[in-house]
Amino acid sequence: MRIIKLTLFAVFCALSTAPALAQSEQFFPSLVYRTGPYAPNGIPFANGFADYLNLLNARDGGINGVKITTEECETGYATDRGVECYERLKGKGPTGASLFVPLSTGITYALMDKAPVDKIALLTSGYGRSESADGNVVRWAFPILGTYWDAGDIQIEYLATLAGGWDKLKGKKIADVYHDSPYGKEPIPVLQALAKQHGFELQLLPVTHPGVEQKATWLQIRQNRPDFTLLWGWGVMNSTALKEAAAVAYPRDKMLGVWWAGAEADTVPAEDAAKGYNALALNPSGSGFAVHRDVFAQLYDKNMGAAERKDVGSVLYNRGMINALFATEAVRTAQGKFGNKPLIGEQVRWGLENLDVTADKIKKLGFEGLLTPLKVTCENHTGIARAKVHQWDGKEWKFVSDWIDSDQKLVWPMVEEAAKKYAQEKNLPTDACSKAS
Amino acid sequence: MDFFILEVLIGGLLTGVLYALVALGFVLIFKASAVFNFAQGSMCLFAALALVRLIEVMPVPLALLCAAAIMVGLAFAIERLVLRPLVNQEAIILFMATIGITFFLDGFGQSLFGSEVYTLDLGIPKDPLILFEGLIPGGILVNEFDLWAAVAAGLLVAVLAVFFQRTRIGRALRAVADDHQAALSVGIPLRHIWVIVWSVAGLVALVAGIIWGSKLGVQFSIALVALKALPVLMLGGLTSVPGAIVGGLIVGAGEKLSEVFLGPFLGGGIENWFAYVLALLFLLVRPQGLFGERIIERV
Amino acid sequence: MIYREAGQFRTSYTADQAVFPIRQDRIVVWGVAFFAFFVVPFLASEYLLRAILVPFLILAIAAIGLNLLVGYCGQISLGSAAFMAVGAYAAYDIAVHVPGMNLLVVFALGGLCAAAAGIVFGLPSLRIKGYYLAVATLAAQFFFDWLFIRIPWFTNYASSGSVSAPSLRILGLSFESPAGRYLLCLGLMTVTALAAKNLVRGRMGRIWMATRDMDIAAEIIGIRPLHAKLSAFAISSFIIGVSGALWAFVHLGSWEPLAFSIDRSFALIFMVVIGGLGSILGCFFGAAFITMVPIFLNQIPAALGLPLSTAMVSHLEFMTFGTLIVFFLIVEPNGLARLWTIGREKLRLWPFPH
Repeated sequence: MRIIKLTLFAVFCALSTAPALAQSEQFFPSLVYRTGPYAPNGIPFANGFADYLNLLNARDGGINGVKITTEECETGYATDRGVECYERLKGKGPTGASLFVPLSTGITYALMDKAPVDKIALLTSGYGRSESADGNVVRWAFPILGTYWDAGDIQIEYLATLAGGWDKLKGKKIADVYHDSPYGKEPIPVLQALAKQHGFELQLLPVTHPGVEQKATWLQIRQNRPDFTLLWGWGVMNSTALKEAAAVAYPRDKMLGVWWAGAEADTVPAEDAAKGYNALALNPSGSGFAVHRDVFAQLYDKNMGAAERKDVGSVLYNRGMINALFATEAVRTAQGKFGNKPLIGEQVRWGLENLDVTADKIKKLGFEGLLTPLKVTCENHTGIARAKVHQWDGKEWKFVSDWIDSDQKLVWPMVEEAAKKYAQEKNLPTDACSKAS
Repeated sequence: MDFFILEVLIGGLLTGVLYALVALGFVLIFKASAVFNFAQGSMCLFAALALVRLIEVMPVPLALLCAAAIMVGLAFAIERLVLRPLVNQEAIILFMATIGITFFLDGFGQSLFGSEVYTLDLGIPKDPLILFEGLIPGGILVNEFDLWAAVAAGLLVAVLAVFFQRTRIGRALRAVADDHQAALSVGIPLRHIWVIVWSVAGLVALVAGIIWGSKLGVQFSIALVALKALPVLMLGGLTSVPGAIVGGLIVGAGEKLSEVFLGPFLGGGIENWFAYVLALLFLLVRPQGLFGERIIERV
Repeated sequence: MIYREAGQFRTSYTADQAVFPIRQDRIVVWGVAFFAFFVVPFLASEYLLRAILVPFLILAIAAIGLNLLVGYCGQISLGSAAFMAVGAYAAYDIAVHVPGMNLLVVFALGGLCAAAAGIVFGLPSLRIKGYYLAVATLAAQFFFDWLFIRIPWFTNYASSGSVSAPSLRILGLSFESPAGRYLLCLGLMTVTALAAKNLVRGRMGRIWMATRDMDIAAEIIGIRPLHAKLSAFAISSFIIGVSGALWAFVHLGSWEPLAFSIDRSFALIFMVVIGGLGSILGCFFGAAFITMVPIFLNQIPAALGLPLSTAMVSHLEFMTFGTLIVFFLIVEPNGLARLWTIGREKLRLWPFPH
């Protein structure tokens, strides 16, 4: 047995050394879940991410000449597998992994303690801990495009416009059907604060993971008849919610999902039940944008695409591409300061802190229409916190509103307070940006 | 409000029947081969995936036949590769082996048929049925799909009951369930019986997979429905088909009623563990389940 | 020829009662211990330490705890991850409310809370047996899954319900580095293994084994079933609770209730069954099998240069894992520990045939 143990030990030592890579390559790890209950949502995101990175290599020769390498690691949305993937991938490439995109709140929480020690940035666009918006405390996590608190606020803002004004919300009933996990629970303080401020009644209805059992929840909704229902689900919970809503004849156009509950993977399985359902959208769907033309020409026409051709352009696919854009543009920004070579985590973090996605850059990269200009600062890691609302008409998503910005006057003080508590807990300074270079 | 409880009760009973469908497979296998087949949930998923992908390339009746044939083939494979070598082993070893089969089927099914969500349309309208609208304000909401599923489950139980009581094979199955040694000595071929039982359980899994797949969409979470069927088995007894139905009704109703009426006081989300605690309480009174065989221990 | 007992005499009762009576065994165990404590921390890479050895050690502790309950006392428990969760959250709450308390004491108190929970959910074992008990323990699993997400006090009123552990400092020494974490887990594992081994060799172990083999007969000869079963649940849950606290504090750092889901429970019961029921050494084999084989399988396609998608690799990993489980159960239903014992028996005669 000892011989077996020693052999295994030797084999692992061999397997855990990084393969020899060319010196001029930037390594982007990719934590994905292509299996398990959340795969239908994880797959398009992972495909979009991979396709954009491959596109940069094929079309532009990398980032300023530095080629991109990427490796996927399957997490199945499980925290411990995510941690193992992180440990496995963080040393790969000539400079190691410089940033991770966890796409899972559980894995994000687990990595938020490890990443600062390893000096690796976390790109948690549209999710993650809301405290990480405050860069003075949380230097290494970047919730670009908004946190869950922003999302909760935007949802209520839109419902206020539907009701006819903030004063019309008084006395109304809003139900919140949420995934019983940190993801679903995070926005509740903001929703409760808004409920107190504007006088509407908030009914919280948790749904246990994975969310296939919702009959009791929706019977309660039928009984209470809330004026609006928010949906904070992920994976199969979303399509099940839509089906159950149809089964109790709750009008789908009174439902408003968060931006993680508004993709084709959620509505297509529900078929007719999803017609009229609204959700927040960080980005549009559709494959007619300039970057998609490049993707088709450079990748799919040469059979090198990650997804099926017909799935290119779905909501989550585009979001994956946008995440890859943030990652690569951060590297490009950092290369401006540190030189055109593979960069380490600290340098890429600087790049993220100074990420300035201008309208020109957006047009040049082919993302016009997919993204609005934003500027990340060291103090505020979200850059911009806004979303549109789109509605499923049975075949595709159509926008029914313009950009809605989250109310920073309400959200930012809450972020700062939470960040202060986080700093106390973790013994972190609260003014990291003023001391930074 | 008074009639809301009726609505919840009916909804719960119908869901319970769906749980009982999955539990039926467990009971069948346990009755005949004393194996607690944890892989039943994965078998439902595998059957549903096979059917849904076959429907894409052939007409529905043919696809159904092929899917049934696949499940029978699976039964053969399991009997030959897993059950035969493990004859006479302890209960927990066989249980672990079925969990190993679960892993294998999960991976195999998804690698063969894909991990996306596939829709299975049975043609049953998913709109709600509102009954008694005249008598009761608002009416009583009944899910038409669940009603048809309950009818299908009832038919299945009836067919199984006839199968067990009237046919020769059914009698052989009951003999094997009673006493393996005695059945062998009378000349009943144990191995054939096992293949038959696992095939029947596979067909039950196919029916359960079709119904759940139509309800939820055919995707990985169907395998997790097995965890919902376990309290049903505990309550009803591992060896009783009517027990599975009655257990299903009690668990389904109990679950939904507790979630709606007890849940708000406890913050919600109590369905999952309440079913188990309910079954546990029943077991404390009757340790072999409501209809299970009395456990006789000899020292 | 090498592994012979000839010439080894034991001349005192103490020597006779040694855990490893044969000299060759002692040499090997001391050698492995030396290697593990003094050589591995310096030689092993960070990935090996943090992602493979630390989880292996922590789950070995949990497997020892579960083996006491399932292998020695015969009570099947499928809800062990819930007790890991109780240990983890109890340790977290104590550490948060009594800052500055020695971490080892915190872990022990977490284990005590888990033991209390184990006794409560072990009470049905007095009435229910076999598969029914196995499913009844699942009630514990789902109940605690719900409890830690619903009651905000347990997660210190964090809005998201996710908590993170305080830093690992014991008596002023920091164990944050990978080597430090490894040594902390290794130390606790050694203590647990020795304690468990001595427990099962003594009176408690015999009581448990009697209850496992025939509980009615055991009752007739005077073994109180309440005492036997509940003590098994209590001690087993204590050990599992300590391992849960370690899993949360040392391995994950920051966790949510889903980290202790039913998959973890099944992994633990696999470890115990595949390693060998009723064998402490088997716990290590089982833990090694369950922690390392999936990672190993995951890396084989890449090492062989096969261009498979990550999804396919994951599916193949599941399939191979399931096949291996069934294979090992067929080849040796008594577990890997039995294979080891057979190997040792053959080694006594080697190189002679008989």
